[in-house]
Amino acid sequence: MVKSPEEEHPQKAFGWAARDPSGTLSPFHFSRRENGDEDVTVKILYCGVCHSDLHSVKNEWGITRYPIVPGHEIVGIVIQLGNNVKKFKMGDRVGVGVLVGSCKTCETCQQDLENYCPSMIFTYNSTSQDGTRTYGGYSDIVVVDQRYVLRIPDNMPLDAGAPLLCAGITVYSPMKYYGMTEPGKHLGVAGLGGLGHVAVKLGKAFGLKVTVISTSPNKEDEAINKLGADCFLVSTNPEKVQAALGTMDYIIDTVSAIHSLGPLLAMLKLNGKLITVGLPDKPLELPIFPLVMGRKLIGGSDIGGIKETQEMLDFCAKHNITADIELIQMDYINTAMKRLSKSDVKYRFVIDVANSLSQ
Amino acid sequence: MAKSAEQEHPTKAFGWAATDTSGVLSPFKFSRRETGEKDVRFKVLYCGICHSDLHMAKNDWGTSTYPIVPGHEIVGIVTEVGSKVGKFKVGDRVGVGCMVGACHSCDSCDNDLENYCPKMVFTYSAPYHDGTTTYGGYSDVMVAEERYVVRIPDNLPLDAGAPLLCAGITVYSPLQHFGLTKPGMHIGVVGLGGLGHVAVKFAKGFGVKVTVISTSPSKKKEAIEHLGADYFLVSREPDQMQAAMGTMDGIIDTVSAVHPLLPLIGLLKSQGKLVMVGAPNRPLELPVFPLIMGRKVVAGSCIGGMKETQEMIDFAGKHNITADVEVIPMDYVNTAMERLEKADVRYRFVIDIGNTLKSA
Repeated sequence: MVKSPEEEHPQKAFGWAARDPSGTLSPFHFSRRENGDEDVTVKILYCGVCHSDLHSVKNEWGITRYPIVPGHEIVGIVIQLGNNVKKFKMGDRVGVGVLVGSCKTCETCQQDLENYCPSMIFTYNSTSQDGTRTYGGYSDIVVVDQRYVLRIPDNMPLDAGAPLLCAGITVYSPMKYYGMTEPGKHLGVAGLGGLGHVAVKLGKAFGLKVTVISTSPNKEDEAINKLGADCFLVSTNPEKVQAALGTMDYIIDTVSAIHSLGPLLAMLKLNGKLITVGLPDKPLELPIFPLVMGRKLIGGSDIGGIKETQEMLDFCAKHNITADIELIQMDYINTAMKRLSKSDVKYRFVIDVANSLSQ
Repeated sequence: MAKSAEQEHPTKAFGWAATDTSGVLSPFKFSRRETGEKDVRFKVLYCGICHSDLHMAKNDWGTSTYPIVPGHEIVGIVTEVGSKVGKFKVGDRVGVGCMVGACHSCDSCDNDLENYCPKMVFTYSAPYHDGTTTYGGYSDVMVAEERYVVRIPDNLPLDAGAPLLCAGITVYSPLQHFGLTKPGMHIGVVGLGGLGHVAVKFAKGFGVKVTVISTSPSKKKEAIEHLGADYFLVSREPDQMQAAMGTMDGIIDTVSAVHPLLPLIGLLKSQGKLVMVGAPNRPLELPVFPLIMGRKVVAGSCIGGMKETQEMIDFAGKHNITADVEVIPMDYVNTAMERLEKADVRYRFVIDIGNTLKSA
């Protein structure tokens, strides 16, 4: 007989899970594997609420298996070390992001690109090598292979640093890969949410001119005065869009709602790059003429490798970059999810797990 | 009163033009400018028929100015050069492709990318600096600024070399720009027409493995045995497509009909690039998930700059690459256009201007 989530592993664990596509989360008893030689056990202090968590609990991508414990922006303290673990010690401040496993032997893994490994294992809603399901960070502890554990720099607050583990790396990786880091160049950031606001901060740290492209006029003041963007344009304002045509070297598109790529492509200069990191649940319309006539490209990117994630955290610590967060209690999570679906958050919810997750 | 096409320039010219959106071509008298100090004048011997000629003759893109003399794969022999022309002399074998002008002062022009200059002038149906409209190569004589003329290598036949001036550069440029030329790479070519068949030849010239992706199983034998492709996939056969998933470093997509991108993106390896050189006139659906999950790219490319065009032709000369052509007399052109519309040509029509274009 198949073991229940509580029985399949030796260590008790507790978290909040969704059990059906309503996406409503509630208390959930389960278990974690014993801490193996390569493993680190983390007592979870905070966990960011990523929009992917919302997509997943509602099965919007059609790949969810219930019950699902979301959460892949996990930070906490090391409370157990495997015999082969030398990188960390007890009490270290660490983080776990979107991945907890990969094959380690393929070309992409060898290139420190575990995020493109065909056998990549996600932190939640995936199948582990032992055949059991993975459960994420809306929980009290997590056991992870040391390869996938990040060190949180000493000067980085844990709560505001948590979202960097997904949002941060999701924008940092393509900015580096696609060469969107040349000082003086002009970066457009489409969408000012969890990903977008971090992209603005990173863009400024790279020395770029940054224009936010948004459908919400009420985000302008903060974009300029708090996040440091140079310009703000409302994409539904035809005059503003017209004035921006052919002015951007690159655009990072963080929007996961269905939207038109035409206006964004038009804002690119010749040879411009539109990099998409948002995950709409349906295909987008792509006009080909502007791609051809301007030798433009649209590229995708998916989180980043572990080495790169550590590099990103260190870069952010050096430039004092963290996410802007709203700290919430565990039992606020369902309200938070509703607000998130209406983009009513500046700019990431983070669950105060240690102080509010109680059995 | 606006001058007629015959009167606007001092030297007589004769060609075939379309006069309305039916796209039917017929004899047309017009004129060419005098040979200016930077100009090269040549007697046209052959002109390739590009699918763009068909689109433009029928005003499919809404940009045509009638009467329109199409033709931008033009080759011939120099008959006169201007006083400041240094690269060419009378008797040289030359060609003109898709462009005859640009601003020469923008970033693109400074980087030998006249094709991306916002003021680039097309070889036909475009406004020229002197206010007149350009006429293309379905005609007896061409005059173009030296910068827009390329030398055809001695060992390349003029008729089979003509299509390189558009089809050739259109596929050569992105193969180079997007780094798809490293020996050992695996490149896909979608569509086996004028562009596609030349893409196969160039890719093999670079030493890469080539798979043709086509809707027509009947093209397989020739693709492999004659053009040198390594493999052939029928895009409507799910099993064949499935077996090739994640195997290609890059794909050159020459298809201008609306078609699905999802299967093509699936054929790419992680970090692979799908480059569009055909331009469907409606947007295509872009499935974002596979792009993101594989860090893949969809890009576009449009012909190439002049420096690059000469480089392409020289590469073709070195590797004996020409187009596969069906040479036709001028008065066959309307039938040729009808056949082209049904993709009934292996793989480019070329008009034998020198021998068959007769003024009335």
